[in-house]
Parts: sequence; C-alpha cells; structure tokens
Amino acid sequence: MSDSHYYQSLAKSMMFTIILVSIAPLVLIVLIAGHQYGAAYEEKVTAHLRELVLKHDQSVDYYLEEKVEEIRVLAEVFNVNRLRDPRELEALHDALVRGHGNDFVDLGLVNSEGIQEAYAGPYRLQGVDYSEAEWFRMARERTVYVSDVGPGLRGVPHFTIALRIKEAGRDWFLRTTLDFIAFNKLVEDIRIGQTGLAYIINKKAEFQTTPNRDMTGEVSFLQRFVKGMDSNGERVWGRAAITTETNPATGKEMIFVTSPIKNGDWLMVFQQDTDDAYAALNRTRNLALVVLLLGTLAITIMAYLMSRRMARKVEKADSAKEIMNEQVIEAGKLASVGELAAGIAHEINNPVAIMVEEAGWIQDLLEEGLKVDDNEREVQRALNQIRTQGTRCKGITHKLLSFARKTDPTVKFFCLNELVREIVELSEQRAKYANVIIETSLADTIAQVQASPSEMQQVFLNLVNNAIDAMDPGGGNLDIMTRLDGDDVAISFADTGCGIPEANLSRIFDPFFTTKPVGQGTGLGLSIIYGIINRMDGTIAVQSTVDVGTTFTIRLPAVKEAEGGACEIRLNKEDTA
Amino acid sequence: MPATILLVDDEQGFVDTMAKRLGKRGLKVFTAYSGHEGLDVLSSNGSIDVVILDVKMPGMDGNETLARIKIDHPLVEVIMLTGHATVESAIEGMKSGAFDYMMKPCDLEELLGKVGEAYDKKETHETKILEARARHIVLRRGD
Repeated sequence: MSDSHYYQSLAKSMMFTIILVSIAPLVLIVLIAGHQYGAAYEEKVTAHLRELVLKHDQSVDYYLEEKVEEIRVLAEVFNVNRLRDPRELEALHDALVRGHGNDFVDLGLVNSEGIQEAYAGPYRLQGVDYSEAEWFRMARERTVYVSDVGPGLRGVPHFTIALRIKEAGRDWFLRTTLDFIAFNKLVEDIRIGQTGLAYIINKKAEFQTTPNRDMTGEVSFLQRFVKGMDSNGERVWGRAAITTETNPATGKEMIFVTSPIKNGDWLMVFQQDTDDAYAALNRTRNLALVVLLLGTLAITIMAYLMSRRMARKVEKADSAKEIMNEQVIEAGKLASVGELAAGIAHEINNPVAIMVEEAGWIQDLLEEGLKVDDNEREVQRALNQIRTQGTRCKGITHKLLSFARKTDPTVKFFCLNELVREIVELSEQRAKYANVIIETSLADTIAQVQASPSEMQQVFLNLVNNAIDAMDPGGGNLDIMTRLDGDDVAISFADTGCGIPEANLSRIFDPFFTTKPVGQGTGLGLSIIYGIINRMDGTIAVQSTVDVGTTFTIRLPAVKEAEGGACEIRLNKEDTA
Repeated sequence: MPATILLVDDEQGFVDTMAKRLGKRGLKVFTAYSGHEGLDVLSSNGSIDVVILDVKMPGMDGNETLARIKIDHPLVEVIMLTGHATVESAIEGMKSGAFDYMMKPCDLEELLGKVGEAYDKKETHETKILEARARHIVLRRGD
C-alpha cells in the first residue's frame, strides 16, 4: 500500500518537475516576446495612422487654400465692375470649370448689403439676399471665409468660399460654391481595414464630409468627444493627436486620430476599432496562445506518460534490488551456516564417538558374560550414556535446523533476550574451542522490538562469529548486553579482540569489504547486517580500538507496551513452565 | 610387553570408556581431560609410550599440547584424534611430529594397531639410543 503510494508520489513529483521546467521558459518567451512584439506593432500602427492623417489634413488644407487663392487671384485681376458684368462672370466661371472640373459649382458677386448682384452657375440665384447668411457675416469680419458644409438655399450639401473686396469705399464679396463630392473624395478614400474611416467635423460636431457608413448613433458621442476634448484641447486639437476611447454606440474601444484643419475650425477625425487596427497583432497573439496551449498540453501528456514509465522502471528496479538483497542475505546466511556447520560437525562427532565406544564396551562385556562381576550394571550404565549422548546429538541437530530454515522476513513482536540466549547456546561450542568466554548481561525488563526474528538471528550470529574470529588466537571475552535506552532497545556485542584499524572503520559496512584471506570471508556479513537493521528502522554503530577490542551496538525502536507488551511476562512464563 | 598409553580428550565419557576397553585388552592406560593435565600426567609417569591426543580442546588445543610434548618428551609417540572438520589441523600436527591421525569415532582395533606401530617405533628409537650409548661407553673405554 505505502509502496504504491510512494511510487505514485514519485511519479507526481517527477511530472511536476518536468512540466515546470518545460513550461516556464515557454511561458516566459511567449510573455516577453508577445509584449515586445505588441509594443512594437502598436507603435508601428499608430505611426502609420499618424502619418496617414498628417498627410491628409495637409492635402485638405492645401485644397482649401488653393481654392481660396484661386478666388483671390480672380479678385485681384478683375475689378468689381467687370465682375458685376454677368457675361464676364460667366466667362470666368467657364474658365474655372475648364481648369478645375466641377470643383467650382458657381461664382457670384454680392454687394455690401448681401444682395447677389451677379451670378454664374447652374442655379438661379441672381438677386438672392445673403445678408443673414453665416458666411456673409464672417466674411465681413475676416476678409476670407470658408464656410461649414451645409445644404444652404439649394438644399444640396456644399460649402462656400467668400472673399471681401474693397473698392471705391464699398465692400464687395466674391463668393463661390465648392462641390461637396469632390471635397468629400479627399477624405472618403482614407479607409483602412474593416472599420477604419475618416471624416471631418466642425466644432459643433457636424459632419463636414459624409462618412461611408451611418454614424448618426455616434453624433452625440462625437459632440461630447469634441467638447470634452476642448477642455484639454491640446490633445485633440494638436496635429495628429491619438486617443483611445470607448465608442458608446458600438461599445467597442476605438482609436481616434484627430488633426485640426482650416485653422482649427474643422477637425479631421480618423477612427478605427482597436480590434481592427491591431487585427494582425491579435491574430499573432491568438496563434501564440494556441501554440502555448497545445505545447502545454503536449508537455503535460508527455510528462505524465514519462513520469509514469520512469516510476514503473524505478519500481521494477527496486523490486529487483529487493530480490537481490534477499538472495545476498540468503548467500550470507549460507556462509555463516557453513561456518556453523564446521563447529557443529565436531560437536556432533564427540557424542557419536562416545556412543560408539559405549557400544564397543557393551560388546566387550557381553563376550565376557553378563554374570561376571557387575557387568550387568556396567551395561546399564553404558546404555544410559548412549541415551544421554543421543539426546545431546538431537539437541545439536535441532539447534542447527532452527537456523538453517529459510530466512523469514516476516516482522513480528519478539524479545531480544530470548534470541540472545538462543544464539549464545548455538555458539557456545565454537566459543569454547576458541577459548572465548561469552557473558551475557540482559536487562530484566526490556521492551519488545518489532523485527524479523530469523533475520535478527542471522545478525546476532554474524556478530558473534565475527567477534570470535577477531579473538582467534588466544581467545578472550565477548560481552553481550541488552538494555533499554530511551525509546530504543540497545544490544551491544563487546569483544576483546584485535580491533579494527581506523582506516577500515568507515568501510566495514561496504559489501565485499573483508580483511580475511581470499576464500575465507565473503565480506558480506556486515553489509547484510547493515541492510537488515536499516530496514527495521534501527541503527548500528561500531567503536573499536586496535588490540583492545570492538563494540557493535544495535539500536532498535522499542515497541510501546500497549502494542506489544513487555518482554518480562513472556520470559517469566517460560521460566515457570 | 604391552604399551602404556595416555588418553587426552575433553570429553570425559569418551576417555573413560575408551580407557576401560583398552585396559581390558591388556594395556596400561592413563587419562587426562585437558592438554595441561595431559602434560602433568606425562611428566609424573615416565613409562608412557603413546599419547592419544584430541585436536580440538578448549584451553590448550591438541597442536599446542603436541608441541610441548615433543619438547619435553621427544621419544613419546602421539596419535592425533580428530573430528572431520579439523583434518587440516591434524595434518599440521603430523608435520610437527605426530605419529599418525585417526578420525573420530574410531575403530578400536584400528587404533590398537596404530598404537602397536607407534609403540614399536618408540622401542626401535629407544633401542637405537641404547646402542648408541653403549657404543659411546665402549669408545670411551678406549680399548
């Protein structure tokens, strides 16, 4: 359970790492490049619009100026008397039409009272009274006046240019009407994208050109726009000023490029939906987002699959390692069993030799006859001895069998003291011949530990064997001590052997590290012990002084009484049984 | 004249029974239960001809005892007695002057045969020594 959880979390953390590492630069690049590109593109678009408007406001101004100059030339060349002559005026108008097409619709001379005295053009406007007309009043003040576009008397959109002429103490006004269509064309052609269009408004926000779509909904907005901008007029009334406003008619954000013309009487406005102006930018941004999204998706899927595969591989490798570990432990165990068997063989040979001798003795006595002396009692004694020795053999083989069983890694509660006694009993014979005295000082009350008894048995046997080997020529003492140390149960094996040189101390737990001659030690014992103790959440420490002795101390977490119960109870039961 | 034997083994039951059986066959048998004890018995009884010595004993083991015997009593012959696991050390013993080795548990007749051979060898040695001494005395006389 916890294992699969471990591999799942491993896979998860791998997945998140991969995703983070792969997506972070992607997002960073998209953000940085997107921002830079957006800024550059916006700059380009606004520069382009500004250029466009600047060019056109100039051309409109030129157009108007040119027409004004035309009239001014006429007024200077011809005196009022000639202009008053309808035929002369007619000829002049014809000449203008020839030179400028239909730009000049008509031509008229108005006296100081506002009465048109002479007229040449398609309408019958001879004698019309203009005294109330806006242009007439303005022209009196300014000498030259270009009117706003309006239907005027004829009911067709047009605008008027009027020029005041002073002659013989009287004011005369030469006026001409300009064709709206020709003028309209100047701005009508400025069209960009789907929504970009240009028009001219006066200060009352009345259209001076006809926008090519219905903009009645936007008039109120434009009025407010013009007035509002009047207050901080610099922005709107500066040349090619750019503002971004939300158009209430459509609810969309729009770019307005405004430029004053006709000395600030009119305002040329170019407007375009922001979306439309930045269409290419938006397309690029959307593309980038799609790429980012698809990339993220692909990375996530890949990360998921990869991390799952990796976790599975790790799991497989771990389980292979586990199997390997078991095999190594088994091998190490075989080695220690072999070592044990050598001792056991001799141990078993002794009782067998006694039995053989006793049997031979019985045979000797039988040849002599049972009745002689107390031969019968002697035979009884010999038979008893055979039985005793047989029982001894049985004990030895049982001890050996208890160890040679397959290692059972099952973890259970048990008492270390029992195990120590078992091991001491098992090693006693070997210790005896090696002149080693094993002493145990086992704590009376000691908590149980949670471990695999058969693995611990191997650990202890290995340590005891090592200790006996360390004291090989000459023998010594091996003290085995168990005690409760805080939350741990500590067991130490202190020998008075040759000790371990400091240089080797850090390597003794390495696999295959051995100081024994080739063929005598596998170098696996301590590394197996280390693995076993580690797996049981314990620690193993070693202290050693050369020629004084070595102490191995194992600490295993003690089991709380509530869970496992104290050891003493079980021991006492055994004692009384 | 039958040989005088010393049995050295830490297994008391083995030593006692073996001693009885050998005694029944007309041999004079001394017993000891450790290497030290064996050396003591050997020192206090000059008549011992052959020592049957267990290799594996606590305290002073067979090989060590053998070495001491060979120093103190060079003429005494030693037969090593061994379990299978210690055949190597028995052979070591042979190299350092033991007469032969036998596996435990051993056949009594075989052991008796070996003891006889060992006894004969010792007798031969002793005879040679006696002869040599006699020659020495004769030469000294200078006749």
